[in-house]
Amino acid sequence: MNRDTDWGYLAPLLGKAFGETLQMVSVALLFAGVFGLALGIALYVTRRGNFFANRAVFTVLNVLVNFVRPIPFVIFIFAVGPATMAVVGKTIGTEAAIFPMAIMASFAFSRLVEQNLVGLDPGVVEAARAMGASRWRIIWSVLIPEALGPLILAFTFLVIGVIDMSAMAGIVGGGGLGDFAIRHGYQRFNWEVTAVAVVVIVIMVQAVQVLGNVLSRRVLRR
Amino acid sequence: MTTAAPPIVSFRDTVKTFPATAGLVRAVDGVTLDIHAGEIFGVIGYSGAGKSTLVRLINALEPVTSGAVLIDGKDITGLPESELRRVRAGIGMIFQQFNLLASRTVAGNVAYPLAVAGWPRDRRRARVAELLDFVGLADKARQFPSQLSGGQKQRVGIARALATNPRILLADEATSALDPETTQDVLDLLRRVNAELGITVVVITHEMDVVKYTCDRVAVMEDGKVVEHGDVYSVFARPQHPATRRFVGTALRDRPSPAALERLRHRHPGRIVTVAIREDGAATVDLTRALREHPIDGTVVYGGITEIAERPYGSLTLELAGDDAAITAFIEDLSRSTTVLDLGTAAAPLADPDAVGPRASAFSSGDQGGDAR
Repeated sequence: MNRDTDWGYLAPLLGKAFGETLQMVSVALLFAGVFGLALGIALYVTRRGNFFANRAVFTVLNVLVNFVRPIPFVIFIFAVGPATMAVVGKTIGTEAAIFPMAIMASFAFSRLVEQNLVGLDPGVVEAARAMGASRWRIIWSVLIPEALGPLILAFTFLVIGVIDMSAMAGIVGGGGLGDFAIRHGYQRFNWEVTAVAVVVIVIMVQAVQVLGNVLSRRVLRR
Repeated sequence: MTTAAPPIVSFRDTVKTFPATAGLVRAVDGVTLDIHAGEIFGVIGYSGAGKSTLVRLINALEPVTSGAVLIDGKDITGLPESELRRVRAGIGMIFQQFNLLASRTVAGNVAYPLAVAGWPRDRRRARVAELLDFVGLADKARQFPSQLSGGQKQRVGIARALATNPRILLADEATSALDPETTQDVLDLLRRVNAELGITVVVITHEMDVVKYTCDRVAVMEDGKVVEHGDVYSVFARPQHPATRRFVGTALRDRPSPAALERLRHRHPGRIVTVAIREDGAATVDLTRALREHPIDGTVVYGGITEIAERPYGSLTLELAGDDAAITAFIEDLSRSTTVLDLGTAAAPLADPDAVGPRASAFSSGDQGGDAR
């Protein structure tokens, strides 16, 4: 362990890195929550036998999600550079890191949403249809509320995945805790700094998981 | 039965096919059937007979492939989705697995169709209270479905289905997931719905007892076709189709199964006959008279008499002892007023073509009961 770690110098940097991580993760999650949910619902309702069954749309969405999902995030962050440039206006910095995170997280969440909806009992959807409910009403008043417990857990899972992604944001100058750990810890052979960054991340993840568990338990009535 | 008004539900050569791995499955195959306003109509069939599909054509949960479905004389085939929603809103439906919304309370479930129909909040609340009172669950309003028993869940399902004052209630195997006692409660409630609210009820079931207890008229389905229909007593008292005879047999168990017949022959090697008991044929009085007048002995060895639609129904199986000519004369005499099925003797057995239940062992006499299908 490095004996003369200068925490007077590092502490503000750690605080800044923590803020950057929070910013990246929360903005990416906000985006992914909305778009991932929409895309996941689209995947579910266009499936064969469901009420907007449409083979062409389903296939396009399915292939798109399958195309993006396996790309390692370190590569993806560069690969979408031109799109990042077009949308954010730059390819370097925290904002530039948020864009690929939001895209990747949306696709990841869409699969989780789809899986949870597929797991729903189709009987409740049929019952709502039998009562004359419109398809849009069924989406917001049956599908989402009935799957809310598992969806909260899925979102919790996503939060942790996005925190993981944020650790790679340093590559495009995005900063954050991962970047802090690499630059001030790993690259200077300072295990103490690395350990502190890891502990901060672990505490974040734990807090998120506890919150997710509590919320989903409150929603699940089983 | 009223004939002036058009039938509330009418199938006209209705066909519904589903794509399957090997071509098309004709789940409903050319059904023509009328259901009249105010009756309890049963559709009975084994699983896969197409009865659940048939009922889903009534509220257009499934579109027909060809033919027509008329509700109150109005053809609903080919209507756009928005108009079908209006049709569905006027038809309540309950399900085998209840299909309640787990995320809503009992009151929330009952209020759901009212919200769909656009009722204002205060009227909704009053209506929910009224419905929960009707089904006897006023004290459960704030509970969640997971806290209820199966019978209570189905009563919530019924309250929900009745919320918007539908004229038709579809019950898809509504009691199949319930124990016998709870089944009775739910069937009583369906009868009340019919009698007190005047709602036409369509009951889908594979249980003869359900039809026997609740229905005015019945249709028997097999392989997508309605093979027999009419009022419950005449369909089941004089079943024409093998499927109907099997249902009657399973409900009553009045006739020996092939395996039971095999055991009977061991104990009673003589001539065995099964005599049908009908209200309009040989009541047991007639059988008693024939036994007295012919020089033979008859011993009851199997049987059962019950009621269908509150009228006597069943059969008795007897071993007849005496000389062959006397036995033949006895059978001829009794055959004038009822159906007598000759099952032969242990040495020369005859099969019951409509026997149900466990089959005879493979080692039994060459002539094995049961119909080959």
